[in-house]
Amino acid sequence: MINRIDEKFQELKKGGRKALIFYLTVGYPDMVTFMKLVTALENFGADLIELGVPFSDPVADGLTIQRTSEVALKQKINLKKSFLLAKELSKKSNIPLVFMSYYNPIYHYGLQKFAHDCKKTGISGVIIPDLPPEEATPLKNILKQDNVNLIFLIAPTSPQERMRMISKESQGFIYYVSLTGVTGAREKLSGTIKSSLHKIYRFTKKPICVGFGISKPSQAREIGKYSDGIIIGSALLNIVERYKNKRGLIKEVEKFTSEIKVALRS
Amino acid sequence: MYPNKKGRFGIFGGRFAPETLMAALSELETAYRKVQKDKTFQKELNGYLSDYAGRPTALYYAKRLTEHFKGARIYLKREDLLHTGAHKINNTLGQVLLAKRMNKKRIIAETGAGQHGVATATAAALLGFKCEVYMGEVDMLRQRLNVERMRLLGTKVIPVKSGTRTLKDAVNETFRDWVTNVKNTYYVLGSVVGPHPYPLMVRNFQSVIGRETKQQILRKEGKFPDALVACVGGGSNSIGLFHPFFHHQNVKFIGVEAAGRGLKTGKHAATLVAGKKGVLHGSFSELLQDENGQVHPTHSVAAGLDYPGVGPEHSYYKSIGRAKYVAVTDREALKAFHLLSEIEGIIPALESAHALAYLAKFAPKLSSNEIIVLCLSGRGDKDLGEVIKDYD
Repeated sequence: MINRIDEKFQELKKGGRKALIFYLTVGYPDMVTFMKLVTALENFGADLIELGVPFSDPVADGLTIQRTSEVALKQKINLKKSFLLAKELSKKSNIPLVFMSYYNPIYHYGLQKFAHDCKKTGISGVIIPDLPPEEATPLKNILKQDNVNLIFLIAPTSPQERMRMISKESQGFIYYVSLTGVTGAREKLSGTIKSSLHKIYRFTKKPICVGFGISKPSQAREIGKYSDGIIIGSALLNIVERYKNKRGLIKEVEKFTSEIKVALRS
Repeated sequence: MYPNKKGRFGIFGGRFAPETLMAALSELETAYRKVQKDKTFQKELNGYLSDYAGRPTALYYAKRLTEHFKGARIYLKREDLLHTGAHKINNTLGQVLLAKRMNKKRIIAETGAGQHGVATATAAALLGFKCEVYMGEVDMLRQRLNVERMRLLGTKVIPVKSGTRTLKDAVNETFRDWVTNVKNTYYVLGSVVGPHPYPLMVRNFQSVIGRETKQQILRKEGKFPDALVACVGGGSNSIGLFHPFFHHQNVKFIGVEAAGRGLKTGKHAATLVAGKKGVLHGSFSELLQDENGQVHPTHSVAAGLDYPGVGPEHSYYKSIGRAKYVAVTDREALKAFHLLSEIEGIIPALESAHALAYLAKFAPKLSSNEIIVLCLSGRGDKDLGEVIKDYD
């Protein structure tokens, strides 16, 4: 059976569309609202959802995701619960779900069990910012048996030979990190994204999606022009944080996502 | 010789870092391998170590301490006598000189007790670097003197307010800074932890402790010691002492961790005694973590031991049975702090006091023909506030 992520990108390619990917911290601000948010994002046209499984020491994350992770951890969100929530989501929807977490919780859970549970609960891919391809062989081999993609990141600091190697290793899509830094919404994006993407496309036919820092429709429009999709996390979580206990939350999320979507598809 | 090319000590170590840092880590490894063979670099480093930092440090026969325990002959390797008051300067001089070779413009570091921060600030001042040090807010309070020392040395101390607000989170913040400023910034990691090549590089810079000890003990006793004892937080002073003796199987290694308020209370930092395998701060090693793989908050009266991880080489030594790891409580360490002050006239760092505390359990079991060398990794001036507070 074809992996849902691969299927999604084929479908997008046929339609000549770019992928709109959102990141949410699992269980943020609380479990019920989180589930509502995922459903809402799908309804508003998201193509893929990254579910951030919180870790106590998120070294690749900026303040927003540090805060949301801390809240999620206080609510005792762990991998086991994340799998349960994923299973619920998969029952109602066909949107590809990807886990984003750090390596330690996954290692501790047990690689074999992790892979099986991904398959059982409809997790189609995994992104682990502190697991470069050099250290990923054991997990990759195990995930392969359960048809779960292991998605790797390329950074602006990656030299050509790493771009080539990571393009080869990454499954589903390639996650291009738009900036030299941690996650978090930015006013301005780097001027070198276009040329870097150009270089990577010389090594691969796989889709490349760009994340880290994207917060505005104008940025989505710009990046959409020369990539296969965009990933937004912190900017969305900032809205969730601002409206978390207010009635207007879903409306605000809709407003933001539709603006991004319009920009991306224009 | 370990680690292997991938930075592995047996199964431990490796390079679990964000992609943004992978090229920088390779660059660092290449630059380090180059200066290892570079005689000019080694000469310059050795010059600073002797004329500036005060090496070689004394190997002192602690006669009254020996008489007190009525067992093995106890020698203290006096790293506390070094400039800035602890072994940390061995590593920071090496790394900051390397940063200069690599044409980096800016130095960053994490610190727990502040000793590594001070040692980095010192090397940065000496070699003309702009320096910023991340320190947990909790540690800034309990090690105020070191905060002021760093400021005097021209370093900016950045308070870390996330997570546990101690060393672990200071390391997180320093990594985040490095991820952001990797092009012009050199990260001076303070212990034998982190992604490859840090555990290798820091170990080699600290091995001067063990190399000197070898020569000195042969001169004084005509034989190698029976046991080496040192405290283990991240594990740099202990690896520095142990490593040169690795192939001398008759020399026992004993690493002393912080049992804090007691291992059963969960309020401790005894990673090798009570941890499980996992990945933190770039390497695969033993780690204090909960049932979900979340890193455990730690506790120790000694800020420099208050860390949930440990260097991968120690995990390797433990796995092959080369070293034994034990833990002593805050209370035992404080007792040893006073003992050494009173009977030897040496005020030890609270970190080193953990190693000293283990002597009470260990030294009396040995005969007077046997020799223990203990690494007195730092002096205790910085801890007076904490110790006095404890008795109020």
